[in-house]
Amino acid sequence: MYAQLVKTAGTGVKSQEEMTDQEREFQDKIDRDIKIEPKDWMPDDYRATLIRQIGQHAHSEIVGQLPEGNWITRAPTLERKAILLAKVQDEAGHGLYLYCAAETLGVTRDEITEMLLDGRMKYSSIFNYPTLNWADIGAVGWLVDGAAIMNQVPLQRTSYGPYSRAMIRICKEESFHQRQGYDAIRKMAEGSPEQKKMAQDALNRLWFPSLMMFGPSDKDSVHSAQSMAWKIKINTNDELRQKFVDQTVPQIEFLGLDLPDPGIKWNEERGHYDYTDPDWSEFFNVIKGNGPCNVDRLAARNKAWDDGEWVRDGLLEHARKKAARKHAAE
Amino acid sequence: MKNEWPLWEIFIRGQHGLSHRHVGSLHAPDAEMAVKNARDVYTRRNEGVSIWVVEAKHITATAPGEKGPLFEPSESKVYRHPTFYDIPEEVGHM
Ligand SMILES: [Fe+2]
Ligand SMILES: [Fe+2]
Repeated sequence: MYAQLVKTAGTGVKSQEEMTDQEREFQDKIDRDIKIEPKDWMPDDYRATLIRQIGQHAHSEIVGQLPEGNWITRAPTLERKAILLAKVQDEAGHGLYLYCAAETLGVTRDEITEMLLDGRMKYSSIFNYPTLNWADIGAVGWLVDGAAIMNQVPLQRTSYGPYSRAMIRICKEESFHQRQGYDAIRKMAEGSPEQKKMAQDALNRLWFPSLMMFGPSDKDSVHSAQSMAWKIKINTNDELRQKFVDQTVPQIEFLGLDLPDPGIKWNEERGHYDYTDPDWSEFFNVIKGNGPCNVDRLAARNKAWDDGEWVRDGLLEHARKKAARKHAAE
Repeated sequence: MKNEWPLWEIFIRGQHGLSHRHVGSLHAPDAEMAVKNARDVYTRRNEGVSIWVVEAKHITATAPGEKGPLFEPSESKVYRHPTFYDIPEEVGHM
């Protein structure tokens, strides 16, 4: 999930009696699956939570370009290079759709960018892990985009119109991402013993960080209950994580790779795979800024923003001058 | 950071000769760059054959509060729809 640990504003779900008329009308619209649009009335807490959630999601798309962009020039073939380039370009687009959705809630692009750059807003913990070799690129597309899809597909039905429309666009593009990743890692799993070893190593390293993408268990959280009542969260973190494990285990088996967790076992009674929970202390440590790549990622985003300043300013100045000249000529 | 590019709304005509449809928005310094960016952002998979860009501030929209007075009157005018009329079967297709 690209938005983890989003703090839901407010004190939890209000009862019908506790709600004002406006709040009741708003909740009623959501219950009847009527989309909330930018100019409609909405509770401040709904607006604030959505800005956090969509912002975190957008930042994840943007920062997520870094570990993959890192391998574009070193892709093994021209075809793989073109594919990876297209995939990373899509992620830039995803960030952009989502920033635009967030802006409809009253935050400006500069404000939300600033909050990423100075660390006030987060992005998904997964992008603080390094991509050490080409097998990691396959594993990222397969597992990381696979986990993202799990979360994004239900969010197409989210209550906020612009967010829902952004998710629909994103989901259309996302399945190519996962398939190209699986295709790349499959080549390695079916390749030389050394290549197969690399594929196994990538799976082993990225498995638990991928499970962490869904965030810690939130089935008893009052905040999640509020987000679910608002339909900006559709499933609990555990539901999505289980779905991801169930979907991925057969894909691992098809590759002929070993399962990355000895705790993975089919549970006939539950009709699901059992698995070992990730180490949540590692997760919180990464979120706090102590993952292997946190410092590099933020430094890269800050550098890109600072280095681009003269371009942004220059183009705007050029546009202003052109407009003034045209005005004078008329 | 106070030099933000203006916001543009993007409309694309798809392959099948339909009207331009709103697909999203983006920031750009001027109309020309907005078209270039829209091409990269919104037509990477053959989604369109024509692009319109309109600076967001030039769009006038109805207010959500006017929804009732503006759109409800048409709800009761069922006679505007062909299904309102019974045409005897003997008359044939109409
Ligand atoms: Fe994405
Ligand atoms: Fe993706």
